[in-house]
Amino acid sequence: MALRRFRADLHIHSCLSPCGELLNSPLRIVERALAEGLEVIALCDHNTAENARAALQAAHGTGLTVLPGMEITSEEEVHILGLFGSLKSALQVQAEVYRRLPRLPVKESVVQDQVIVDSNDEVRGFNPRCLMAATGLGVREVVDLVHEKGGLAVASHIDREAFGLISQLGFIPPDLDLDALEVSPLMTLADARIKYASCAPLPLVQFSDAHSPEEIGRASTGLWLGGPTLDEIRQAFRAENGRRICDS
Amino acid sequence: MNLSEVVQRMNLKVYAGRAELQRTIAGGYASDLLSDVMAHSRKDQLWVTLQVHPNIIAVAVLKDLAAIVLVNGREPAADTIEQAEQKKITILGTPLSTFDFAGKLYGLGIKG
Repeated sequence: MALRRFRADLHIHSCLSPCGELLNSPLRIVERALAEGLEVIALCDHNTAENARAALQAAHGTGLTVLPGMEITSEEEVHILGLFGSLKSALQVQAEVYRRLPRLPVKESVVQDQVIVDSNDEVRGFNPRCLMAATGLGVREVVDLVHEKGGLAVASHIDREAFGLISQLGFIPPDLDLDALEVSPLMTLADARIKYASCAPLPLVQFSDAHSPEEIGRASTGLWLGGPTLDEIRQAFRAENGRRICDS
Repeated sequence: MNLSEVVQRMNLKVYAGRAELQRTIAGGYASDLLSDVMAHSRKDQLWVTLQVHPNIIAVAVLKDLAAIVLVNGREPAADTIEQAEQKKITILGTPLSTFDFAGKLYGLGIKG
């Protein structure tokens, strides 16, 4: 299989995230990602994957691959990205995440910010859950849950002071079986490699954490792959079989 | 004041490190961001938090804190207790919130 570079932005929120812009519909995300020259993206809303199907459908037949994902909030208020090879796996993880979300009353105005949309931008409903809350799952449970369903677990924006693994837990727990560490667009990947040199061999990646269309692709990571699949990305994270992370 | 007096007067549960209860306390620090505790806590302080991840033990060792107090009735994870016993760190527990616990500690004369 011929290997080549794929530009990946594997951390994008849609209008389903309470903090995501309402205009950031799955269709809009796909259009914007294509315009930005991205070839593989992941839709990672907070504690939900209910817009993933629409994003996959919107990308169907285009040159863009969408991976279903989720940004899960651990009990310690650490954000962990789960990236999945199939919608089924993402929805199985979502079921457990929903089970472990606190059943808090959610204001109507917040619910209306959690919009479920189809691939044609039609509103299908609102998610009534408290998606911004922390689940009852500890970081290790989150990583194990993602792995159980064949996914990749990436610690989100480890350089940020809010909801980052290092800000919340002081340092990366040595026994945490992560697949990669993400840095935010606030720093360059080159600087991150120096700052987080002690985290090796955990690979560093950088994605946009986009909450609005204009933020899509503002940071991305080049991956040297045989194709835009989760298994290829897994190999790139592990630098196996010629697959690797090539640049930002 | 030492830990055992605080345990008695505040009616705390002892989850780990019972052998260390004679240790003297010099003030307290309350925070749930471990990076912040690493930056701002001081030796011999009582650390008040709701975090129960095993990393709290490493932070307590690093900063030479007197003990960890878990608030809101939170219970330490099994591996947290195990590490605390290994590293001789005392873990205590209270059903009170951080605010109420810190307020009562001030009443006992333990300040920041």
